[in-house]
Amino acid sequence: MKNCFKKLSIAQKQTLWAYVFLFVPLVFYLVIRIYPAFNAFYLSLTNWDIVSVEKDMVFFENYFSLSEDPLFWKTLGNTFKYVIYGLPINLVLSFLIAYNLNKLKWGLGIYRTLYFIPFMTSLVAVSWVWRWLYQPLPLGFFNNLLSLFGIPEQPFLMAPSQALPSILAPTIWVQMGFQVIIFLAGLKAIPQSVYEAADIDGANNRQKLFRVTIPLLRPTIIFLVITGTIKYLRIFTQVYSMTYQGNGGPLNSTKPLVLYIYNTAFQRFDMGYASAMTVVLFLIILVITLFQLKVLNKDD
Amino acid sequence: MKKQLTIFLIIALVLLGVVGPASARKVEITYWQYFYQTKKDTINELIEEFEKENPDITVKHLTFPYENYNTKVASSVPAGIGPNVINLYYGWLPTYIDAGYLQPLPTDHFSPAQIEKDFFPLVKAAKINGSYYALPTAVRSLALIWNKDRFQAAGLDPESPPKTLDQMVEFAKKLTKTDQAGNITHPGMTVDINKQMHHWVREILVRQFGGAPYSDDNRTVTYNNQAGYNGFEFFVELSQKHKVGKVGFFTDDVTAFKSGRVGMYIDGSFRIGTLNALKNLNYGVAEIPSYNGIKSNFASFWANGITSYTKGEELQASIKFLKFLTSDKAMELWLKNVGELPAKPSVAIKDQNINDPQYGPFIKGLEYAHATYFVDEVAQRQVWIDAYDKVRLQGLSVKKAVDEAAEAEQKVLDKYYQDK
Repeated sequence: MKNCFKKLSIAQKQTLWAYVFLFVPLVFYLVIRIYPAFNAFYLSLTNWDIVSVEKDMVFFENYFSLSEDPLFWKTLGNTFKYVIYGLPINLVLSFLIAYNLNKLKWGLGIYRTLYFIPFMTSLVAVSWVWRWLYQPLPLGFFNNLLSLFGIPEQPFLMAPSQALPSILAPTIWVQMGFQVIIFLAGLKAIPQSVYEAADIDGANNRQKLFRVTIPLLRPTIIFLVITGTIKYLRIFTQVYSMTYQGNGGPLNSTKPLVLYIYNTAFQRFDMGYASAMTVVLFLIILVITLFQLKVLNKDD
Repeated sequence: MKKQLTIFLIIALVLLGVVGPASARKVEITYWQYFYQTKKDTINELIEEFEKENPDITVKHLTFPYENYNTKVASSVPAGIGPNVINLYYGWLPTYIDAGYLQPLPTDHFSPAQIEKDFFPLVKAAKINGSYYALPTAVRSLALIWNKDRFQAAGLDPESPPKTLDQMVEFAKKLTKTDQAGNITHPGMTVDINKQMHHWVREILVRQFGGAPYSDDNRTVTYNNQAGYNGFEFFVELSQKHKVGKVGFFTDDVTAFKSGRVGMYIDGSFRIGTLNALKNLNYGVAEIPSYNGIKSNFASFWANGITSYTKGEELQASIKFLKFLTSDKAMELWLKNVGELPAKPSVAIKDQNINDPQYGPFIKGLEYAHATYFVDEVAQRQVWIDAYDKVRLQGLSVKKAVDEAAEAEQKVLDKYYQDK
């Protein structure tokens, strides 16, 4: 054995050692991530209620119940609302801010920090502060502001029609910090020579933006769209913190699928059913991500 | 050879002498409850006392945050680790008993006949499939809590709380103050359903309007009739018609009352300690207002059970500890420290308790209180929160909302009772 090791070249030894060191995180990853994920597939075929010793196989019964569960469809719908309303606004705002920040000659560092601070703040803290801002009179800041201008009090988190946008607002605010930084990095990476070439060709600002900047930002956009979609599909903390008893109310109008999964698993202890929903969510994320990769990467 | 044998015997005896006392070593049992400062301190005090009386037993006491307590308990079950004696909300018992997590209390130590003789009748909610699985130290009931300063400000007698529902509405209207734009700044009473008020609707208003929330075997929802509609309508009208309160005012009813802006609200005996901590709050406690001459109340409790894997000497020690926790002495200490009411009438109903301005109304309420036989407390509460939201936010009729609530709650009950 010792001789075998001696026979290896230095490069081979280094590779071997690299594998040895990588082995530790790999084992960790397998045990903490991959195994539970596969276990969820198995659990989704049982009616395990967390406290029972035996796990009875019910095969696809959970999936059939899912298809007839109005709350499942409602929460799935809510989840997509978060993505469809949240992500585009988020991307456009972040791009506009980054695009303009990029033109700054001085003070960029300060602005960048200001935009990034919300992202570094604990999401639970952000959510609770916003929850207080949304309070009805006489407590809530926003409502006090409105009444200053004679606008009637708004229910915000307490009405099914306003609650979801009210939760989206702080989410966008927080996510923007991250996206602005990434966009800025992407913009800085575009070589100045391309713009010089565009100038020589007589391109105006609009043409430069749509023909040069945005196409060259494609890798950045792909990255932000995919990570953003996944973030919004898994939205949880904000809703859990900003709705009464983390229930995604009123009347389930803000409850995303992940919160429904959490409630089912850890409040109702219906692990089988919750696992089935997890599997569905996994498949949705997988399909969407593959689709986005294919569409956004098609020209490369 | 003989000499060797003698030496061997001597050594053996010495060893036995050493091993002897060690074999009567201490038994350690573990107790779990959720974290609540006064409860934790009181249990520690009781454990100290118990260990003095039983020097061969040590009790390890662990507490967990209330928010995650149920989840913590549930996830400890499959992991196979956990306490010997555990404190659970009575509404959760069916789930854990179904799962085989608790063992029936041995009848030679806790005979059902004796329990029913000693404890308040509502403790029967811990009797499942004919056996008792858990016993409480204390029980809780509801009462009307009013702010004397607000009464004074509204020109009401600060020492006369409302006695009937009609009076309550009348007072609440006088107590309500609005700003120029018509926004409520000082509600007459709280109108949030999500804390204790759903119990008020379910077990008190429904009964006062001539109905009963459930059938005698607790398997069928029976509030979807005129009594239920009227009871719920009374509650809905407080905010929608009389406008004496606003949902979500100061986030929830407890916080709102603590702010000193609210005239009246309904809460449990466990809140007295919290309210007493506020020096500026000048409040009183009264029995829940009656209606049609009917008095009703809702009572609930946290009960101590023994887990099914507790066997042998641990079981014996756990039985002793449970007996200690449900002793008269423990109940008296609990009332004094925690403010929850003794679970035995013989301890609770004493002149000094009944005449206590703070605990008296709660204890009087216990005599006519009902404990809801929850099978899934979280889901069954949500049903009423949703009904209220549907009426307020979606304009559904009270009748329709109650019917939908009944249908949803019946599903919860059916799911639990289907294989019973």
